[in-house]
Amino acid sequence: MAKLILSMDGLVLKEITLTKERTTIGRKPHNDIQIDNLAVSGEHAVIVTILNDSFLEDLGSTNGTLVNGQPIKKHFLQPNDVIELGKYKLKYINEAPKAAAAADFEKTMVLRPGTMPRPAPAPVQTSAASASMATAANAATAATAATAATAAAPAQAPAPAAPARQGAIQLLSGANVGKELLLTKALTTLGKPGVQVAVITRRPQGYFITHVEGANFPVVNGKTLDAQAHPLNDHDVIEIAGTKMEFFYK
Amino acid sequence: MNLSDAIEIVGHSDPGMVRSHNEDSIANDARNGLAILADGMGGYNAGEVASGMATTVLMTELQSAIAQRAPFEYDADSGAEFRTHAARMLRDQIAKANHSIFSAAQSQPQYSGMGTTLVVAIFYDNKVSVAHIGDSRLYRQRGSEFVQVTRDHSLLQEQIDSGMLTAEEAKHSQNKNLVTRALGIDPTVEAEIHDYETRPDDIYLLCSDGLSDMVEDEEIGLTLETLGGNLNLAAQQLVQMANDNGGRDNVSVLLVRIRKEYPAARGLFGRFLGWFK
Repeated sequence: MAKLILSMDGLVLKEITLTKERTTIGRKPHNDIQIDNLAVSGEHAVIVTILNDSFLEDLGSTNGTLVNGQPIKKHFLQPNDVIELGKYKLKYINEAPKAAAAADFEKTMVLRPGTMPRPAPAPVQTSAASASMATAANAATAATAATAATAAAPAQAPAPAAPARQGAIQLLSGANVGKELLLTKALTTLGKPGVQVAVITRRPQGYFITHVEGANFPVVNGKTLDAQAHPLNDHDVIEIAGTKMEFFYK
Repeated sequence: MNLSDAIEIVGHSDPGMVRSHNEDSIANDARNGLAILADGMGGYNAGEVASGMATTVLMTELQSAIAQRAPFEYDADSGAEFRTHAARMLRDQIAKANHSIFSAAQSQPQYSGMGTTLVVAIFYDNKVSVAHIGDSRLYRQRGSEFVQVTRDHSLLQEQIDSGMLTAEEAKHSQNKNLVTRALGIDPTVEAEIHDYETRPDDIYLLCSDGLSDMVEDEEIGLTLETLGGNLNLAAQQLVQMANDNGGRDNVSVLLVRIRKEYPAARGLFGRFLGWFK
């Protein structure tokens, strides 16, 4: 469940949970978050919350709204963003409830038209999440379960995992002898298409070489490989399509 | 018409690193130019049941429909919409599959609410007819160009379409994996169906979100570009990349490579020759 921490000059004033679809911020008393200060406009800004995502929008305020020091009109809030209105700061917190809901993360669920219920008030137990899947009658519960399930996840798309060390290839023979090739991409092909091709894959566990096409298989340190992927070690000598090269870590 | 000389299809489905069950289901038939992928959802193992029903029903029914009438023939009955028989086949058989799953869901309490996403492709006459429901996708690799062909039926996609989120921001959304359409959850369903021209050396990828959520499109494209000559290796590599990045969902891929042209045999003589292929 997302929330805001209101502070001024470092002093925490209030904690506000984002339960509503629209959370208004301003000086006038009808606002959900009322800030009684002349630097804040009557209707200063609004936070729109759709399940687990929140969007901040400035409502044409006199002094503007900043996020992490930058003036914004509309902003998709990320965990730990700091919103500033005059001297007041609102820190956006959207923590994933630690858990056991890991197994339900990434589970696809159905969102029924016309039902956009509020986000779950508290981390829902895993058993509740898995039991109440989308049914017409349980659409609200389902979306709540969806919230609990998806809330257990880190926000970003996963960064491609990569080994700590950077691998490279140096050509030991042929016209380009001495030339070095950094293995930065997930896949690097070597050899001559139509003759012999092998691929070096970059994985969290390290670099691997696999035969792709051709009658002959790659030779590593004098031994011919089979069809399986073969882990590469520092200073391995590879021979493909008549060219020798050395694999090494920089 | 037997398309297995012109079309090569390879599929892999993996439970991933986190889940104990695999609720994805894939099926393919190169002879008839068919590729089907479904990602099931529902409590207990209902997802597995829903996706399994989808692929089984559709494969059987489409094979039988193709045997009765060639996909390339124009469907004069469709009125204003001058579509091929392939589109109608897809519409009709998807309705059948929807009905089967929906009925099963109604009859058994543990299957209540179960559903599945769907991507189906019929290859015929140098074309492909694609039907999809939900967020399982079809991509195309042509030369060095890698493109997502289907548009997700999901909350995130609707937000992107309406300008609320940019594609980049969508990656940071906490509302992923919420589909707005699914097979088997309602008495009727509307699949999105389109036709595309195919060319030799094209590679088509049908995949569940277990791949597209774990691996960037760019890396998927790179894999197809470099390993397209060996579909088996390419499929294994895609699944491995998804698992290396966390494998938080079941991951399934179907790779289809167009080896050469496959024009439909038209006319009486053409059809006569077609029997000998």
